[in-house]
This record gives sequence, C-alpha cells and structure tokens, in this order.
Amino acid sequence: MRPRPHRAATAHPGFPGWPDPRRGPGRDPAPGPGGRAPLPRLPGMNNESAVRVRGLVKRYGAKAAVDGLDLDVRSGTVTAVLGPNGAGKTTTVETCEGYRRADTGTVRVLGLDPAADAARLRPRIGVMLQSGGVYPGARADEMLRHMAKLHAHPLDVDTLAERLGLGSCGRTPYRRLSGGQRQRLALAMAVVGRPELVFLDEPTAGLDPQARRATWNLVRELRADGVTVVLTTHFMDEAEALADDVAILDGGRVAAQGSPEQLCRGGAENTLRFTGRPGLDLGSLLKALPDGTAAAELTPGGYRISGTVGPQLLATVTSWCAQHGVMPDGITVERRTLEDVFLELTGKELRS
Amino acid sequence: MTAEVTTDRTPGPPGPSGCGGAYAPRPGGAPVVRMITAQAALETRMLLRNGEQLLLTVVIPSLLLVLFSTVDIVDTGAGRAVDFLAPGVLALAVMSTAFTGQAIATGFERRYGVLKRLGASPLPRWGLMAAKTLAVLVTEVLQIALLTLIALGLGWSPRGNPVSVALLLVAGTAAFSGLGLLMAGTLRAEATLAAANLVFLLLLVGGGVIVPLERFPDAAQTVLALLPISALSDGLRDVLRDGAALPWGELGILAGWAVPGLAAAARFFRWE
Repeated sequence: MRPRPHRAATAHPGFPGWPDPRRGPGRDPAPGPGGRAPLPRLPGMNNESAVRVRGLVKRYGAKAAVDGLDLDVRSGTVTAVLGPNGAGKTTTVETCEGYRRADTGTVRVLGLDPAADAARLRPRIGVMLQSGGVYPGARADEMLRHMAKLHAHPLDVDTLAERLGLGSCGRTPYRRLSGGQRQRLALAMAVVGRPELVFLDEPTAGLDPQARRATWNLVRELRADGVTVVLTTHFMDEAEALADDVAILDGGRVAAQGSPEQLCRGGAENTLRFTGRPGLDLGSLLKALPDGTAAAELTPGGYRISGTVGPQLLATVTSWCAQHGVMPDGITVERRTLEDVFLELTGKELRS
Repeated sequence: MTAEVTTDRTPGPPGPSGCGGAYAPRPGGAPVVRMITAQAALETRMLLRNGEQLLLTVVIPSLLLVLFSTVDIVDTGAGRAVDFLAPGVLALAVMSTAFTGQAIATGFERRYGVLKRLGASPLPRWGLMAAKTLAVLVTEVLQIALLTLIALGLGWSPRGNPVSVALLLVAGTAAFSGLGLLMAGTLRAEATLAAANLVFLLLLVGGGVIVPLERFPDAAQTVLALLPISALSDGLRDVLRDGAALPWGELGILAGWAVPGLAAAARFFRWE
C-alpha cells in the first residue's frame, strides 16, 4: 500500500510532505552482525512501516486528546514525537502500545492491531512508560532480571545494567532510586527482551547530561542493530541528535513530519551574516545571487543576506567578496532549528 | 569495543554496533508456565519482604493465637481455648493474605503503574492473576505451617479430615481474593489501604475469629454468620475441633461470596 501524502503537506504548505518510504532518504536497518541473518523481508508485505496510524481520534470525555492524527514510523529508524504538554504524544504512543483503543481511525504496529492482537504484539515490542512500572520494594536488578525472565531470548542483564550505569545500584530498592536511576531502569526494562520496536516515553526527562548522553548512545546502538525506536520528547536537541524522522504534534494532530533537515529547510528564510568594510555595493552582490535573496547593511560594515542559504549561496557570496577584495569577517550562517520550526507551527514554547 | 561517541545525528553506518549487535532483535515471550512461575516467585518475595504486610499476615495472627490461648480474656465456650482459637486464627491468616494483603499490594501496584507495565510484557493478564493467586497460596501455606506449629506448641489437638480443611481454605481464599481484587481494581490505592484495614479489623472482631458468634445478639448472629470470615472460621472449627466431615453450609456461603466477587472483580477491575 502506498502511503497517501501527509496531511501536513497541505495544512502547512511550507513543509514537505512525508516522503515515500521507498524513495525516501531512509537508511536501511542494520543487517545483523556477522553470521546473523538480516531482518526478514517477506515478499508482498509492507515491511517498511513499523507503525502506521491513520486518522486516529481519541477522546477523554468531550476533549479530544488526539484529533485525526496520521503517523508513519519506518522500520529500523528512530522517530521522535515532539510536542508541548497536552499535544497528544502519550495518548498516541499508548494507543500504539495497546493501552488505549482508538475511538476512530486505524493503528497498525508491526502489521498488527495493538488492541485486537495484543497477545501477539506484546512479546515483540519494548515499552518505557513515563514513570513507574516497578514494585516499590523490588530491587533494580531483581526487576530487570524478572523482565528478562518473561522473554525467550533476553539480553544479558548484568551487561545491560552496567551499560546504563545501573551496576552500582542493583541492590537498591526502587523506592530509593533517584529519578535518573528510575528512568534508566525503565529503559533497560524496555530493551531487555530484545524487541523489534521500542516505545520510549520521554526517556531523558529529568536526567543529568551524562545520563542523557548514555541514553542517547543506547538509542543509537539500538538503531544500529536494527531496532525501530519511537520516542517522545520535549527536547529539540534530542530530536535533532537522534531522530531520522520527527513528527511535531500540536493539539492532537501532526503539525509537520519529516527529517530534521527537511523540517528546517522549508518555510521561513535562513540568513547569512558577515562584516566587511562599510558601504559595499550590495546591488552588484544581489546580481550574483538567485532571485528572492535580500541583502542589507544593518550597521556600518554589518551585512545580512537572507534567502535560501545553502552551500551554493555561501560560495557565491565569498567569491563575490574575493573579487571585490573584501574579507568577510565573522561569517555566520543562521539556519532554522527545530525549535524555530516548532514555534512557527504551534506558537508555543516546547517547554512551558 | 568501539563505543559510539558521535554527537551528530548519524550514528555511523548501519551495522553491528560496538557491542557486536547485542541489541539485534530477537523478540519472544518465555513459555507461559515459566512466566507465571517467575511472576509468582516475585510476588511472593514482595509480600514477604514488606514489613507492614508481615505485621498483618504473621505477627497479628500469631500474637492473637498466643495471647488469647494463654490469657483468659474472652470466654471461648466449653473446651480448651486453643481448640477454638486455632481454626479462627487460620481463617484470619487466609483473610489477611488473600483479602487485606492482596488488596493493598495490588492497589499500590496499580497506582505505581506496575500492572500497566506488566500489561505490556509478554505475560498475559490471566497469567498475572494466576501468579498472584499462586503467591497468595504459597504465603498461606507458610502462614498455616507457622500457626499450626504455634498452636501445637500451645497444646492444640486438631481433628477432622485434612481434605475438608484444604477445601475450606481454598474456598475462603477464592472468596477473599475476589473481594480484595474488586476493591484494589476500583478504588484509589489510599482508599483501598484504609478500607482493607478497616474491614480486616471489623471482621476480626465480628467474624467469630476470637469472639464466638454466640456472644453477639441473636439478630446480629444471623447476619454475621453470613460473612465470609465467619463461614471460614466456623467451617474450620466444625472440622478441626468437632471432627465434622464437610460443612456444606459454610462452603456454600464462601462460594456465594467467591463467585460474584471474582466475577465483579473480572468485570470492573481497572488496570490503570
């Protein structure tokens, strides 16, 4: 089945639609390590989408937490679901995990209906809840070992605990773990069963920078080993650092979806700034630049060029400078960040 | 080992990571019997590790047994006090684990998202419930062994058929589990905690555990005799003290609590 163009493409013409997975820039999931067979690719089946959500609506009373949401997660990629509080991130993820039943719309996870085929789906996915999930009296290693026992081919518990910096607190009861340790234990519990697909709900909320980095690295290793990752986050830098694809949620809908580059490229203009001697002939510079580019001397010797700033434009500007004997000091390219994109789309700060 | 240290969003070429593809998917649930066994073992450890639970399930029944057997506080009727008290305290032990302990533990597991998290694991819900039941039964076996030893030390001379005793204990466990799970699955954890303790106390006093039902007014007796704790303690007493074969009336009362209780728990239990 060919995915239809994403609604965001029409709702927000400035943003590219969701690329066709078969032509998109997606990297293939990792083949298994030496000797291990690559992921099965069954003929005639759509193996590209690990998660496919179409027209999802979920209401709590009169309020729609999710209101006509479409989402695609390609196999073997990291997808970040980004949005402010109340955007519908957790509801969407929990519907995919089988916790909630869609009011309307269809949800397919690994080709299965998470509500109807829960028994077949659950052994294949890993779930990290936003909080809790552990007996208060259970020790960290005890709980992780227990989750491992529920699976057929679990990871080595000690190695995993060590990897996530949980080795030293293995004997500590859950209720005495710090917030960061609890987060990492929940993450370990999500991956210990060697799932195909993991859902991480705000995996780095409340982590110190070092623990955050450890979590990021684990996500990268999961991806490198062919695990599909869906994570929700408040953090732009997290999405930019980890995600192949980003879905920006606002008011229960996807406001935009695409790779971080795609999202940052479209829409508003980017700018290039430099300083040189005052009074340069900007008319001559503009002739060399493509249509739709603007140039201004904001302060004496302080120049700003705005337009679609790419490598070509940068080269043109520097070679024009060279021809005119100008040394463009302090040349900077200001590209839009996901933060800018998010603000434009939603009018909201991510973390309010 | 070449640990990934890049900060860009491209985590290197696809392929085995530094850990040699340690995370390469190989999903699957363990065999269901192994899952249930592991879950039951964990639940039992949680029950036995919890100080408040032990107070309820071990300390209070043991103290009551020793205290009321050795000090003549309540007139337990003709015969030795321990012969009256031991069956009642066994019934109390069943109630403390199957009802109070299970309700409180399950209520807080629900509150802390444990049930929710396990719901996303390969362990099916019926498997979780089976494991909980197993954990309750294991705990009860330990309680009964301890209380029996104490009672024997106090000179208890039990009679009757052990099969009848086992049947009554199982029926009592079913009745109390249904009520406990119904409470845990519908009320807030704090409300469950308060209500379960209150009910424990009321049934301890009014359920023929240490105070014979005959001490209550006639009208009250009729109602109190229908309580699951009264049915269990009287039934156990009929067998263990009086040597009755199988007290059908008490078994019927216990079944009358167990069936609707378990059905309502299955129907109304909210996992989150």
